[in-house]
Order: sequence, then structure tokens, then C-alpha cells
Amino acid sequence: MYPSQFRYTKEHEWVKREGDLATIGITDYAQHELGDIVYVELPAAGAKLETGQAFGTVESVKSVSEIFSPVSGEVAEINTALADHPEKINEDPHGAAWLVRVRASNAAAELDALMDGAAYEAYVAEQQKEASS
Amino acid sequence: MSDEKIKKARRHVSQSEELIFERSGDGKRGMELPALDVPAVDAHAALGAEMVREGVEGFPQVSEIEVVRHFTRLSTWNYAIDLGMYPLGSCTMKYNPRVNEFVARLDGLASEHPYQPAELSQGCLRILRDLEKALLAITGMDAVTIEPAAGAQGELTGLLVIHAYLKDAQGSPRKKVLIPDSAHGTNPASVSLTGYQVENIRSDASGQIDFSELDRLVTEDVAALMLTNPNTLGVFEERIADVARLLHERGALLYMDGANMNALAGVTRPGDLGVDVMHLNLHKTFSTPHGGGGPGAGPVAVVKALEPFLPVPVIVDDGSGHLKLDDQRPKSIGRVKAFGGNFGVLVRALAYILAYGPGIRQATEDAVLNANYIRKNLEGFYDLPYASASMHEVVFSDARQKKNGVSTIDIAKRLIDYGFHPYTTAFPLIVPGAMMIEPTESESKEECDLFVDAMRAIAEEAAEDPNLVKTAPHSTRVGRLDEVKAARKPILRWKPEA
Amino acid sequence: MRYLPKGDAERRAMLEAIGAKSIEELFGSIPAEFRLAGPLPVPGPLAESEIIGYFRERAGENSLGYSSFLGAGVYRHIRSVVADALLQRGEFLTSYTPYQAEISQGTLQWIFEFQTLISQLTGQEVANASMYDGSTALAEAALMAERLTGRHRLLAARSLHPEYRQVLETYAQHAGLQIETFGYDASGRADLAAMRAALDEQTAAVILQSPNFFGVLEQVPDAAGIVHAAGALLVATVAEATSLGIARPPAEADIVAMEGQSFGLPPSFGGPFAGVLATQEKFVRQMPGRLAGQTTDTSGRRGFCLTLATREQHIRREKATSNICTNQALCALAMTIHLCLLGREGVREMAEQNLAKARYAREKLEAVPGVECVFGAPAFNEFVIRLPRSVRQVNATLLEDRIIGPLALGPYYPELAKCGLVCVTEVTRREEIDRLADSLARILNAQAAVTPGAVLRGAGERSG
Repeated sequence: MYPSQFRYTKEHEWVKREGDLATIGITDYAQHELGDIVYVELPAAGAKLETGQAFGTVESVKSVSEIFSPVSGEVAEINTALADHPEKINEDPHGAAWLVRVRASNAAAELDALMDGAAYEAYVAEQQKEASS
Repeated sequence: MSDEKIKKARRHVSQSEELIFERSGDGKRGMELPALDVPAVDAHAALGAEMVREGVEGFPQVSEIEVVRHFTRLSTWNYAIDLGMYPLGSCTMKYNPRVNEFVARLDGLASEHPYQPAELSQGCLRILRDLEKALLAITGMDAVTIEPAAGAQGELTGLLVIHAYLKDAQGSPRKKVLIPDSAHGTNPASVSLTGYQVENIRSDASGQIDFSELDRLVTEDVAALMLTNPNTLGVFEERIADVARLLHERGALLYMDGANMNALAGVTRPGDLGVDVMHLNLHKTFSTPHGGGGPGAGPVAVVKALEPFLPVPVIVDDGSGHLKLDDQRPKSIGRVKAFGGNFGVLVRALAYILAYGPGIRQATEDAVLNANYIRKNLEGFYDLPYASASMHEVVFSDARQKKNGVSTIDIAKRLIDYGFHPYTTAFPLIVPGAMMIEPTESESKEECDLFVDAMRAIAEEAAEDPNLVKTAPHSTRVGRLDEVKAARKPILRWKPEA
Repeated sequence: MRYLPKGDAERRAMLEAIGAKSIEELFGSIPAEFRLAGPLPVPGPLAESEIIGYFRERAGENSLGYSSFLGAGVYRHIRSVVADALLQRGEFLTSYTPYQAEISQGTLQWIFEFQTLISQLTGQEVANASMYDGSTALAEAALMAERLTGRHRLLAARSLHPEYRQVLETYAQHAGLQIETFGYDASGRADLAAMRAALDEQTAAVILQSPNFFGVLEQVPDAAGIVHAAGALLVATVAEATSLGIARPPAEADIVAMEGQSFGLPPSFGGPFAGVLATQEKFVRQMPGRLAGQTTDTSGRRGFCLTLATREQHIRREKATSNICTNQALCALAMTIHLCLLGREGVREMAEQNLAKARYAREKLEAVPGVECVFGAPAFNEFVIRLPRSVRQVNATLLEDRIIGPLALGPYYPELAKCGLVCVTEVTRREEIDRLADSLARILNAQAAVTPGAVLRGAGERSG
């Protein structure tokens, strides 16, 4: 379920590193919790991001969730397809519905601090257990 | 779904009714104007051709009878207090007395211009002054403004007054306002508008404000605590006097959101509890009609020390009983709305108060009686998250029904089939799956019993036939609306076919 | 008590069911020292006829029987009784905000029609379901412009309604917004050259009212060009909505903040009215206020629901576009019905009648020796006159003829001392205008000194 080459944050973002380019999205657990996504607000290309800083929002009909950056750097590309098709996030959160690509100079080190696929799965299981208790 | 199970149901007229633009025809009019008694003017000549529009594109052209039928039919698709109970929590959907409508429309009241000379406005000013006096008697506060147009604007006004007062009295307005996690969304939104930071304070296991948390959080950066009392769980904040004392000792103020005043009027007064600033919602406690979403009015009452900061204009007596509007108030926060408060709404509120007099206490008692009666009768059927005593409203949760996948929203939608408007779903946020119920004093025992029977029946359905509940409502003109589609691709107006 | 549907037997039965011995028990959570022992000192209880008697008496203490030439943001216009008859249907009057769409389609559909009518009227792409009034709609428009541009400076025309300006200042004071002013020229229009000079890269928006406070129509397209070139937004305020029946709408503005009172709402001593915001589709997510959207139900039937709710306080809380919750729904419904009754032709005819009455009044008053019309640019139904004497003093004497004269402008605009704002609408009768002219002629040319009583009456009043 959760690709092993990704790293995951406690706020349910995933990040994939290719060289100094980090691709960020939200996880399947996050999209499921949010329900049908209706709108995504993303920064413009060139915007500077800081680790842990909120850089956008994902909206369902009745809720708004901030997205937090797992890396620091500059936004190289945003996924423009989401403007007209926000539902892609529900359909393919780990693939076609990536949110932004960031040029992150310190990505390797920042990613090391995050959870890997197995750790994130365990974290999600814990969250689900808490929610239903 | 069989009819004999449902004791009370409202069938919606299923007549299809297009948009008014879709039934429009060339050259039709619904209203004629008397002929001009002065020479006509050619608009092109008077204004210049580039300033003139030929006609409003797409505007309807329909006859009077078509307008009457159109809106009459639309009205039949609405639920309303005149039809039955709205158990919406903290909305206080009580009966809207018709005499209030009559007096607000009187010639000599509805016709008056806010800029008339005071000597030709004594009737209007006297109405406002009488309302102010009554509101002060009910709240136990020292001064009041009737300018704010609604509760949220009242909150903004109250916070601006706090800001100005602290700046004046202490040299600094301070930085933060504390808001309980159970608060209505307008509270933090209003705080943001005043430049203060919001800091959330949690409730304790009894559903009341966590006093030790309060003690920890009230530093010299805290300007005020915004408290709803009773809170949105319907629970009276029993330590409110201690809360006020703590705040005052540390130079902060207590703001009371008066949305739940229906539990207090005539029984206790916020001024006695240590409240410094509060707003009232006249469209809640004081019966002015909701009209599909407004208008309302949100008077703000304050203690003496804050009076100089109230918005302009203020009604003053020149000493001989002659009233006028004073806008020369050097410490005032300024004007919050042009032309004064929502006078037509204020008239209705005064008419309501005059109808009850001191007997307003009976309304409060009946409201609390109804809520407790419903609570007692539903306690075995729905999860009650807080054991604390309920005042005029009670909050259940869908925890039991959730086991079958039935949520508060589903139960609410099924309630429609039983002829009721839903209760408030999913609020307050501190109760997952909340079901917030406020019957108000306008409901008879019989109506409360019907509501209880409906809720019990739905609890049974949730256990035996959950899908019936999850796909409700079944008896309305339209089924559940696709809100996702409406948000993804908003269509916010009619456009002619291209 | 007639509003309470319970008798004592029912109350007892319910207490028993609860297991409480008395109603006092249910108030046990209120500390005893705060429970009131005696009845509240409020007037009443009154029977229905007594309530009516009280308000009739008050109604008799106001201005019935006087002719009025007051406008300045609140206008007397013809209203049909049909609107009131429909408004008072319980399903409209006593219904709640349409959060539960399935049982509120009546409300949601008229809101959708209202949003359409306002868009058509203002030449904008979308409109919301109402704000409190024009002045607070303007304040919200300013905050919206700040959010959209990230800039913190506002340029407001001096010819903006002074109370709208004051409300703007109240809302702006803690939003970090600076408000500056640019003046008007001799014709009565906003000085666009001065506006251009004052614009800089910190300007979020320019605020222009049309018709402006003096009744003069502004050159919105020209202003928009200059404003946009500076990267700012143009906020157009409309206080006299009837003007849109004949005047070119502010389609080039980015946001329109309108007061709808002219269409179907009585002056009612200042409220309730109906503000509304209209804007371009691309800005809609930053626009506050409720929005009704078209959609379909589970069977594919067309229906309507509230939408884009994530802008609002009940979801976004401290990050909402505004704190607004209750709006002016019933007032907006009155407007909707009224606009449908008037229709395309009626709206134009009403505006043309206003132009005609204003032209007639202007000519009659200009002919009175001593009266001068101050501004020459095209205007709608208001104009400014200058008198040789204090407007307040003249108004005090006009009251003796049962005429409420023009609004004295001196208190708002020191450069317009001895000037008054005259408003005439389609309801102003020719004979009223003639009487005003005759009375003014008599007063201005009278040799008699003004009596002390009249002076005292005039002092401290805004219009007399």
C-alpha cells in the first residue's frame, strides 16, 4: 500500500526524492480521512518552503487540511492537473496526484528523519485504532 | 418504508418549478409605475451615450401572477417553524410572533429615514431607548449598543471595545484571546478580525472550561476569554464567577457569547456573574424571524468602565426627555454599520419583550424543561457524552449507531422523513458525531413526544435496517444533493443557453 | 402566555417523567447566589392590541405628513405589496438558513435567482447571498482586496459616503490597512489624475462609489484602466442600486459592494437593509458570505445547495474569509421578488423616472434666487445645492412648512459649507418639488430675522 521508496510525515504527507528534487503528496490515509476532495490550493512555482511550514491546503466539502512541507527548498513545479481534477487525489494519491516538486538541497538528511513505508503503516494502524476507540 | 410507522410526515409538493429566468417572456411586467408628472428626460442626452445601458441583460420579464405563483411554489419546498420544530442546537428556533411583523411595518416606523431631524424621530428613538432599558434589565449590564447587525458583528464590536479599553486603561491591548474548543466558529473568526491571536482552551471531563488550564494560560498577554454560557454542550459554566475573578485579577476581561441566553433570561443575569462584555442574538432568544438566514441583530452590553468605547451613534437624553443620537464620542471604537442598527429587527425584539414582560422567565423555564424531557427520553437510545446537567439544549453522539456505519448526518436526514428539521450535526467539534438538540419553549409536550418517538424509531432502524437511514431522506422533493459536485465545479448563477 | 403551548398539567407530567420535583431543580447548576429571586423589571406583559397601541403611538411621534428630500444612501422608492404578501408566508419568514438542502430548496432556489439578478445588474460574474449592508460589504471588499493582492494600502475617493468610510476605518483598524483619500474635481467627479498620482505598488485597491455621495456618476472604465495598470484592484460601491436600471454597470470593477435597499426595502430608520458583494469568478474563493450553487440530487434532478463553505467561519474558523454567519436573507428575498416584479422594463422605467424628477427639481431649484447647483457632471437622483445661508437654519424653517430639506453637507465636507444634498425619486410628487422651491424662495428672500427657537432646533442636527 505505501511505496517503500517514499518517506512519510506524521501529518500524512509522502515525499519521494530523486537527486535534489523532492516530490510531495498526501497519503492514501489522508485522502480517505478527508473524503471527496473538491479543491487544492498550492503555492506558485518559485515559492520558498521551509520544513514543517504549511504551504497549501486540501479541501473537502466540509473540511480544510493544511499541507506541511517535509523539506525546505524552492517550488520547481506544481501539478496543474489538480485545478480541474482535484478528485485525482482520491483516485491516485501516491502517483498522478502529486502536489508539488521542490528543489531541496538538504533533502537526503531531511528525509532520513521521516518514517519509511513500514513505520508509516504501523503509525496509520495506530491512528485508526485510536479513532475507533 | 411504511406509512403506519411514521406518525407525522410532511409531503412536499412535487411540482416542478423552473428558475424565474426560464419562464420569462418578452415584454411582460409584474409591476407598473404611475405616469410621470414631470417632463420625461432622454437618458442619452442627460448622461451621455457611454454612460447609459440599454436594459439589464437577461433580467426576467414576467407578470404579477407568475411572480406570485413562482415564489409561492418555492415556499412550499421549505420547512419552517410555522410547520414544526427545528431542534437545532444554539439556534433557538422559537415561534416568530406575528404582531412583531405588523408593528415593524407600521407607517411612521418603516417609513422613517435615519437622517431625519431628531425632533421628527422621537418615536423611533424612544423605541430604541425602551429596548435598551429592557436589555439592560435582562442582562444586568450597565450600557448597551444596538448598532451591530448580527451576533458575529456583535462579537467583533465587543472585541474592538475590549481592545480599545485595554489600550486606554493599561497602555496595551494585549495579544491573545482565549477561546474554548467547544466555541462557535464565529468566535475565532471575530478574534482574527481584531488582530488578536486565538488560543484554544480545552474543556474538562464535565464539558466545562478546564479551570486549571485557564489558570495556566491566563498570562499578561491574554486580553480576554470568550465564553458561551451555557456552553455549546448546553452545560452551565458553574465556575463562571471564579473564572471572572481570575481574569480580572490578571487584568483581563470576560466576554460572554450570549447565543444561549434562552437558558438564562429571567433566571440569572450575566452582569451578576462577572461578565464584562456580551452580545445577544435577537434572532435567537428574542424571537425575530430567521427568514432563511437573516436579518438579525447583535446588541452588545458592557459594564460601566467600557461604556465610553461603544460604537457611535449612542442614544442620549438631552435632559428634558428629548432623545437624540450622539456621534461625538472621543473614545468610541467608531461606526460599525452605516445608518444605525437594524431598526426593523429591534422593533420586533421589543414587541416580543413587551408581550412577556417579567413573564419571560416562564419561557426560559419551559425551554429548559423541554430539553431535559427530551434528554431523559433519549438517554437509553443514544450515547450521551457528558453526564453534566443540561440546560436548554442537550448533545448526544452517534457512537452507538456508528457501529453499524450510521452517522449523525444519516440520522438527521432520516429525521426529515418523520417531519422534523434535523438537529445540529457534527457540532460542537469536541464531540465526534455530535447531535445537538435545542427544542425551545415553543414546543408542546405533544411535539416533544413526537420528536422522541421519531428519534427512538430511527435508533431502531439504525440497528435493524441501517441502509434505510443511510440513504435518507426518502420523502422529500429532492434526495441528497451532490455537494461535492457543487464545490468542484461551482455554478453560482443562471446563464442563458449559448 | 399565548406563545407557550403548555399548560401546568403538562409541565407537571414532564417534570415527573424527568424525575424532578420542581423546575428549580433543573436550574440547580446555576449557583444559588446568582439565581434571581424576583421578577425582572421589564415592561409588560401586554396583550397584542396593547403592543400595537404602543407602537402606533411611537409611529405618531415621527415624521408622518412631512415631505422629505433626504437620500444620502437610504432611498424612498415604490414598493409593491406583493413582495410583503409573499415574504410573510411562514415557509419564508420562519425558515432557517438552508444548511439542510433537501428541505430548503425554496430558499436555495431564490438565493440562486438573487445571485443571478445581482450579477446581471452589476455586470459582474458572481454575487453572494448578501452581507449586512452596503457599508459592511465595502469593508469586507477591502479586506478581500488585501487578501487577493497581499498589499496593505487603500485609496478611497473623498466622494465616498462618509459613513461607509467610517465603517471601513473600523474594520481596517486592526487589519494593518492604511486608508488614504483622493479628492473630487469641480464637476463633482472623483479626480482621476489625483488618483493616478496617489497609486503605488503598495495599493491593494481603489474605492470609488457611483453614483457618488453627491449623486454624480463616476467614470468607472477610465478609473479601472488606471487602477489595473498599477496592479491594484478597483472596488466599486453602489449605494443607490436603482441607478443600475439606466446607468452603465461597473463591469470593469474587480469587486462591487452594493447596497440593495432601493429595491424593495423600506428606509426603516436605518435597517435592516441588504448589502451584497459581486465579483469575478476567479476571485470567488476569497469572497465572504454564503453562496448557493446548482447541482443534482441522487436521481439526477436539478437542485441547489450552499457551496464553497470552506471559506466560512463554521469550517475555517480563525482563517475564514469573514466572521459573518447570519446575513440579510429575508431582505434579499424582498429584493428578489421586487426585481422580478419590475423586470427588465420596470427597472429601466423606474430609473428613467428618477432622472426625470431630478432634472425637474434641479431646474426648479436653480430658478430660485440664491440657490446654486454645485456640480455639473451627469448625476442620477441626487444633486448638491449651495445656499446663501446655513442649510441647518433654512431646514429649520422648512420644517414649519412640513418639509424635511436637503442633508447639510458642511459637517462632512468643510469645503461644502452652506451646501445641501437634495434627493428626489419617482415617489417625490411634482407638487412637493414645487412646494420646496416656493418655500425656499420665500425663506431665502425673507427679511425677517431667524427666531432663536429655530436656531436652537437647528443646532446639532444633521439635516435641520
